[in-house]
Amino acid sequence: MKRKHKRLSFVLVALVLLGGAAALVLNAFEENIVFFQSPSDIASGKVGDDRRFRLGGLVEDGSVDRSGGETVMFRVTDTANTVNVSYTGILPDLFREGQGVVAEGRIVNGVFVADEVLAKHDENYMPPEVADAIKKSGQWQGSSN
Amino acid sequence: MIAELGHFALILALAVACVQGVIPMLGAQLGRLSWMRFADQSAILQFVLVGVSFACLTHAYVTSDFSVVNVVQNSHSAKPMLYKVSGVWGNHEGSMLLWVLILAVFGCAVAMFGRYLPPALKARALAIQALIAVGFYLFILLTSNPFQRMFPPAADGQDLNPLLQDPGLAFHPPMLYLGYVGFSMAFSFAIAALIEGRVDAAWARWVRPWTLAAWCFLTGGIALGSWWAYYELGWGGFWFWDPVENASFMPWLIGTALLHSCVVVEKRDTMKAWTIFLAIVAFSFSLLGTFLVRSGVLTSVHAFATDPERGVFILVLLLIVIGGSFALYAWRAPQLKSTGLFQPISREGALLLNNLLMGTAAGVVLLGTLYPLFIDAISDGQDKISVGAPFFNAVFIPLMTPMVAAMAIGPLLAWKRGDLTRALKTLWIAFVVAFALAIATWSWQSGQSPWGIVGVAIGAWLATGTLIELSERIRLFRIPFSQSLRRLISLPRASWGMTLAHFGLALAVFGVTGAGAWKVESVQTMRPGETVTVSGYDFRFDGAQEKQGPNYLTTEARFTVSRDGDVVTQLFPEKRVYTVRQMPTTEAGIYTMLSGDLYAVVGDSKSDGSYVTRIYFNPLVAWMWIGALTMVMGGVLSLSDRRFRIGAPRRAAAPAGAQPAE
Amino acid sequence: MNRLFYILPLLAFLVIGGYLAIGLTLDPQKLPSMLEGEPVPAFALEALKGRDDKGFANTDLKGEVSLVNVFGSWCVACRVEHPFLMKIKENGWVPIHGIDWREPNREAGPGWLKRHGDPYTLVGDDPKSKAAIAFGVTGAPETFVVDKQGTIRYKHVGPIDEKVWTETLKPLIDHLRGQGG
Repeated sequence: MKRKHKRLSFVLVALVLLGGAAALVLNAFEENIVFFQSPSDIASGKVGDDRRFRLGGLVEDGSVDRSGGETVMFRVTDTANTVNVSYTGILPDLFREGQGVVAEGRIVNGVFVADEVLAKHDENYMPPEVADAIKKSGQWQGSSN
Repeated sequence: MIAELGHFALILALAVACVQGVIPMLGAQLGRLSWMRFADQSAILQFVLVGVSFACLTHAYVTSDFSVVNVVQNSHSAKPMLYKVSGVWGNHEGSMLLWVLILAVFGCAVAMFGRYLPPALKARALAIQALIAVGFYLFILLTSNPFQRMFPPAADGQDLNPLLQDPGLAFHPPMLYLGYVGFSMAFSFAIAALIEGRVDAAWARWVRPWTLAAWCFLTGGIALGSWWAYYELGWGGFWFWDPVENASFMPWLIGTALLHSCVVVEKRDTMKAWTIFLAIVAFSFSLLGTFLVRSGVLTSVHAFATDPERGVFILVLLLIVIGGSFALYAWRAPQLKSTGLFQPISREGALLLNNLLMGTAAGVVLLGTLYPLFIDAISDGQDKISVGAPFFNAVFIPLMTPMVAAMAIGPLLAWKRGDLTRALKTLWIAFVVAFALAIATWSWQSGQSPWGIVGVAIGAWLATGTLIELSERIRLFRIPFSQSLRRLISLPRASWGMTLAHFGLALAVFGVTGAGAWKVESVQTMRPGETVTVSGYDFRFDGAQEKQGPNYLTTEARFTVSRDGDVVTQLFPEKRVYTVRQMPTTEAGIYTMLSGDLYAVVGDSKSDGSYVTRIYFNPLVAWMWIGALTMVMGGVLSLSDRRFRIGAPRRAAAPAGAQPAE
Repeated sequence: MNRLFYILPLLAFLVIGGYLAIGLTLDPQKLPSMLEGEPVPAFALEALKGRDDKGFANTDLKGEVSLVNVFGSWCVACRVEHPFLMKIKENGWVPIHGIDWREPNREAGPGWLKRHGDPYTLVGDDPKSKAAIAFGVTGAPETFVVDKQGTIRYKHVGPIDEKVWTETLKPLIDHLRGQGG
């Protein structure tokens, strides 16, 4: 092979690789991207039933119900709207009422069934997603008593 | 006084670094030897000054000096001594000080062991090191001063984040930083070579051991971090594709590529511009990792200090360092001439393929890590998304599978022009083993994820292929056995290193496959005396009791695990509450076997005395860490090879009669 | 063509750098609070143990310009700003009310104020984040400037220091007092 041809074959291999990777990435993005939604987004009907998404907000005070064995029920609020959440498993160490929380899952019969719950990891810090959702909800009165 | 001394030493180090960034560079340009020599003394001086500074902060921690804000925020008088010391780097300010300390250690090492380096190359490289250091000294002094005092002093400290009070995590950051900062050596020498316009075998021979050392530390650091996440976070997983994990993984991928391309530059005098490119990228990823963690741009479990002001500073630093180097690269790299020609099917070709796959993988990880940021930016903050493990698994595994498959073949190809058919014929046993294991796995777990089968097959392929390559080398069964044995013993350590590292990866592939594809999880509420069966093991919950630790209260549960009536072990998972921060943590109870880990976590108690428990069986997970350890050992062994020892004479001839190392 | 090849890394990096820069500006702490210009949400908190005030409610905020400061004994940054709050109190610049947020127990807040000084006119105990949620507090410390009508005029995230005071808070407070608002 001539030097030029050889170089071309390397470039070709690289292009095939990049093309393959790009296809993989696009395909994976299509299927695996998880959008972040607030309780108000759900209330406004923006979210379909079939899609996985992340729900962010604050755990409403007094809403945690552990009576169902290993399944815990609680409500997530952005102060304007509220969503019922169920989660089976051990909640993260930092899960507390009145705290920021991010749950991942989908809506089944009007209840958000989470398979992953993330709580705030540092006292001085709230996940920006949560902070943003609360800001976006706009309505500030009607505090959660 | 001690804290002020530390602060002052750091300011002096900044001054020294400023001079070191200019004088030797000018000296190299003008050909003044005494100016170039200055770099040696100043690099050692910088190391001493930063060392003093670091010692001062350590002193403040060890003596619990609560007039220093940093100590108040991250320490407590009741904290065990190990964590008082590790608390020094368990926070933003201290960890940045550790960063510059390690940078200074590397600079000092160049000055002391670089006797045989061409003086101009050394002077330029040290000047580049110093310029990087200037950026970081300024960063620490202007935005993150660890020596800041507070008045009045606090009565006691706020304690270190309990998640970080752990032996695994005590040594994780220093290892990781040794890896990150280690790539600064390759980077500095790459920039120096670009300025000189020359890259040759001597350059590669010098850069390679440093890269290898950095790679060993980074591998160890990542493994340690994932081990920590495994037993401390209580999720039964070891890798979460968290932005901070990705930030350490990207330099590893590129560093691995760089390691292999250095070999080509050294042996074959080709792929020069590419190697320089990788050296720049590897360190750029290290800096990017620092940026991602420190700026709070991406949220993560790990981001223990986030501050946009610091983010702006690091971003500017990033633009100058990386942007500047790529600009220099665009200008000078086209002039780097390669002499070695090679066919696509050859050792060089295989190493290039490795490089391309590693580079693509790193690019994909980068894309996935930054994608939420892109979306956020183009939608003006309206859309927030997260890219999690499913994305990375879907992309990364298909990319790594062909790479691991090619890894068994590459070492069997000759330099310049290889014979693929012959290599494949040599590997027939590996093919048979892989196929047999794949069939066995398929019949055992039919209907589950196909990746389990693929993982077992390519793991077996690589493990067997690596052993075959070794036996080819010693001509096993083709010459008398005693001669083979003699060949085995006299193999250069570098080739042993490669064999071990490749074999270690095969072991790690088994571990990842097992824990990824066949993990069994069971969540339930249990009363004392109840038993649950997971993967054939009976876990009996014996109850829980409260205990007092040095700086925490704990609820310790006990599980008795038995199989077919025989007691295997007892597990003691805990739920701790660290009293100072009122922060709960989970301590998993783990029993490790070669076939898999028994893993139990205890959760909240209910009013009726029952507890929520989570029990896992993680098959083969120990192999992952055994594999990682084997890889590091391979790297260390290769590092000890006489021919590559740091400071080896320039243009030393390879010992006569030795096998080609790679 | 060959040259172009070597410039690619630079271009790619500049694109990434641009996005990182945008990412930094999107930092949630920099976004203005939706509450600015809105009346203080309704809340009523119990008094802190050991203090003789009756508690702290939104109705207490009418009549004069004041600051509402969210703090907690667990919050390190609060301690950093605390001496400056004491200075405001000593000089009588503006009354400060406190929301003692998420204390682990009822003794922690009073103990903390006893140790470091008490700059507050009224303090409410907020262990369950009732007021904090109403205010949309995202972390501590946070400070709100409230005018005479009880409307939130400004929200500051993070510790208050000399710089924040002279450049932002004081001019705003002077302005609010000047317009009788």
